Amino acid sequence: MATTLFGSGIKRREDPRLITGMATYTDDVKLPGLTYAAILRSPYAHARITRIDVSAAKAAPGVLAVYTGADVKDRLVPVPCAWNVPNCDLKTPPHPQLAYDRVRYVGDGVAMVVAESRAAARDALDLIEVDYDPLKAGVDPEKMAKAGAPQVHAEVPNNVAFTWVVAGGDAEKAFNEAEVKVRQRILQNRLAPTAMEARAAVASYNRGTGQLTLWATSQNPHIHRFVCSVMLKLPEHRVRVIAPEVGGGFGSKIPVYADEALVGLAAMDLGRPVKWAEDRSENYKATIHGRDHVEHVEMCGTRDGKITGLRTTIYAGLGAYASTCGPGIPTILHGLIYSGPYTIPNIHGTVHGVYTTATPVDAYRGAGRPEATYLLERLVDLFAREIGMDPVDVRRKNFIPRDKFPYTVATGITYDSGNYEGALDKALSLFDLKRFRQEQAEARKQGRYLGVGLVSYVEICGSGPSQVAGAVGLGGGQYDSAIVRVYPTGMVRVYIGGKPHGQGEETTFAQIVADEFGYPVENVEIVAGDTETTPQGWGTYGSRTTAVCGSAVKVAAQRVKEKAKKIAAHLMEANEADVEFRDGKFVVRGSPGEGKSFAEVATMANLAWNMPAGVEPGLEAAAFFDPSNFVYPFGTHVCTVEVNPDTGEVKILRYVCVDDCGPHINPMIVQGQIHGGVIQGLGEALQEMVVYDEDGQLLSGTMMDYAVPRASQMPRLETAFTVTPTPVNPLGVKGTGEAGTIPAAAVLVSAVCDALAPLGIRHIDKPLTPARVWAAIQQAKGGLQ
Amino acid sequence: MKRPVTLTINGSSHTVAVEPRALLVHVLRDDLNLTGTHIGCDTSQCGACTVLIDGRAVKSCTVLAVQAEGQQITTIEGIGSADRLHPVQAAFWEKHGLQCGFCTPGMIMAAIDLLSANPDPSEDEIRHGIEGNMCRCTGYQNIVASVRAAAEAMRASKAAPAPAPAPPPTQAARPAGQPAGAGV
Repeated sequence: MATTLFGSGIKRREDPRLITGMATYTDDVKLPGLTYAAILRSPYAHARITRIDVSAAKAAPGVLAVYTGADVKDRLVPVPCAWNVPNCDLKTPPHPQLAYDRVRYVGDGVAMVVAESRAAARDALDLIEVDYDPLKAGVDPEKMAKAGAPQVHAEVPNNVAFTWVVAGGDAEKAFNEAEVKVRQRILQNRLAPTAMEARAAVASYNRGTGQLTLWATSQNPHIHRFVCSVMLKLPEHRVRVIAPEVGGGFGSKIPVYADEALVGLAAMDLGRPVKWAEDRSENYKATIHGRDHVEHVEMCGTRDGKITGLRTTIYAGLGAYASTCGPGIPTILHGLIYSGPYTIPNIHGTVHGVYTTATPVDAYRGAGRPEATYLLERLVDLFAREIGMDPVDVRRKNFIPRDKFPYTVATGITYDSGNYEGALDKALSLFDLKRFRQEQAEARKQGRYLGVGLVSYVEICGSGPSQVAGAVGLGGGQYDSAIVRVYPTGMVRVYIGGKPHGQGEETTFAQIVADEFGYPVENVEIVAGDTETTPQGWGTYGSRTTAVCGSAVKVAAQRVKEKAKKIAAHLMEANEADVEFRDGKFVVRGSPGEGKSFAEVATMANLAWNMPAGVEPGLEAAAFFDPSNFVYPFGTHVCTVEVNPDTGEVKILRYVCVDDCGPHINPMIVQGQIHGGVIQGLGEALQEMVVYDEDGQLLSGTMMDYAVPRASQMPRLETAFTVTPTPVNPLGVKGTGEAGTIPAAAVLVSAVCDALAPLGIRHIDKPLTPARVWAAIQQAKGGLQ
Repeated sequence: MKRPVTLTINGSSHTVAVEPRALLVHVLRDDLNLTGTHIGCDTSQCGACTVLIDGRAVKSCTVLAVQAEGQQITTIEGIGSADRLHPVQAAFWEKHGLQCGFCTPGMIMAAIDLLSANPDPSEDEIRHGIEGNMCRCTGYQNIVASVRAAAEAMRASKAAPAPAPAPPPTQAARPAGQPAGAGV
């Protein structure tokens, strides 16, 4: 048997260029005659623009062009929202690339300068005079939905962009008849995705061919191609988008932004390439944020621990405009997963999407599912505390049993496969809960506050099916694609519709193909990111690329191999039915001959000197894989903490993760995804928050104020896995990019609330900074009113 | 406006005309095409632009190009190549110490400085030693593992009689006990 690469933690094939400084990110792209753009952004959250004077900027040295909103509004189609969630009366007012009458958030684009150098462009921004007439602002989504709140868009009364309802069973009856009810108001802190590479774009237009080439920091170049062609009114086949190396995205590089259309327009006007690159302060204002909910949630059940109902009212801040996927995040990706890993028969959720005078909100790692997991798991803890039952037992009692899959939950979605008890049992085998409870009791006698949090989660990812994407209003398909092309020497290039940006698919996909052809992994290169060479796909986000695009790779490789087998049979003068692929070779069953290696067959297929009748020359195949269902990874995470009651500081003692994303193609990469995901969730739980003042002024506008986790602040994680394959794709794999983030904030807050239970503390809103925890302790002790 | 400045980078001398206000990182990237050094923030927080100046890790966004005249500057391009990796580069590859790779050059330079001061750092010392460099992808765990593995490899190669892999060309000795890390 040839060794299989599937399941092997081989070193990543993308790394040599990355560790030697040889990778090309968007801001590294240089072209002859390159010019530089800089964008003037509103310093006010909400204001009328009464005058703009760009004459001094236009006259400044090195300046080539200055654009205002008035200059571009008739030349560009406004930035579209691409997720028009149905049945919720969604209102998406036009989003101009540059504001021309009113600015609606700090960071809203007002003017763009293009100049001979980066510095000249920046300098000229200071010469633009803008008169603003400030208007009332508001950033709290609940307050902004009330009558009398400042109006962000005249055509959206009370700023409510939509009211979306998810319902299953009869929640009203369940709550009316319930023995036990618990409720909580929960805040989901607004977060800044903070990919280490901020956004950038380079546009180059060839007046001879009429083709625009756009290098962009994109997780989904085909979506960028389509949306940019719409905004720029160019035919789609004359727009080429190249997402070169992309330095992290976490959702923030899914949306198509105003800036990308603006550099395209300038490149067409000037006949010279134009580059724009954000700095971090600009990134914190102008690149999307995540989360930002005010939630009123309640759970009901029986005294013996059966959960019978869940009810939510959510105010989800959308920011000033509906971003590309903005409306879909707090609805489809949030409400549909309310049942979590439990059999909750009665669910009713109401989500109000609310415009505020703040940066638009879109997908950030987990996108809707961390919020759902958090509110659900906080409620399970509160319910357990209310009935005096061990929260682990409550979870176990309500799990969907392992023999009930596929299982349709009250919200109407059908989970593919699962073994929630298995993950919980494994977590408890790694973490001795009983012993910890004893330690905790001992510590409490000494006035020390130790706590444990345990969270079980299930998430929805790996989208398509495309038909469902269409039904829920997503303006795109959700299949993905691959072309496997075998060269005359047998070497292989695989062109994919996804766009990995750290997730390692150049390695894992090569493992899939190499296994199929009996090759060492070095014979296979994965190519992504250039719409000129890659087949139509939908990008890398939502933990979908391995499950969907990886399956396309597998199917395309199988198609290639089927054709190779026909050719091999012909070359060996055997019946195809008698040929099998063994130890990297096509051989005739029962025959002593040497057989034909895959590479030998590839050579003959490409030369076509001697082909079987009816078989075309060449050796390549495409596949477009559209899954029959989403995939539903799951797991249990446990965390222990000690809270310092004098300072409010939270110290993480242990963090144990058990995750199940099906079989691992590369276990090293899976583990790395979990690490990164959990630490982002702990950042959310402990220290990250976008803060605005009441006038909508951004207070967390730099990395000095927005607390991205540092190495010294974060714990070592203990990771383990269970393996439950999915039946919905040929690899059996589920997603793992977001899994770590989804339970992490819930488990940390649960641990802190457990630690502080003796003080009667039930819930503290994240991020649990020392100041917040200290204040909660003082309040519980009666010291702070 | 512009004035000539002569910079010694990765062992070679380059004379470029720069504005006095030009940051070293911009001159490296824009004028000298050394784009392996990245920019991740504008407040000297993230460490993506870390280079070595006279062997010490320095955030190259905190240095004016004109200030760097006469000093030995080492960038990621100067410490090793794909077929001859520096032990720290090799360890980051081996231990999956990177995902998107954007913070990686700066992180590697910070690690080289850390290890030159402390050849056998504990996990805690590593976490503090690299706290001036942010990574959003890895959660730092495999970066810590990478630095430990590099430390081990570098100690082993020093102990062995066989010729050691060439140290970074401009790495200078530093008094033991001097804290490693970013230059700010």
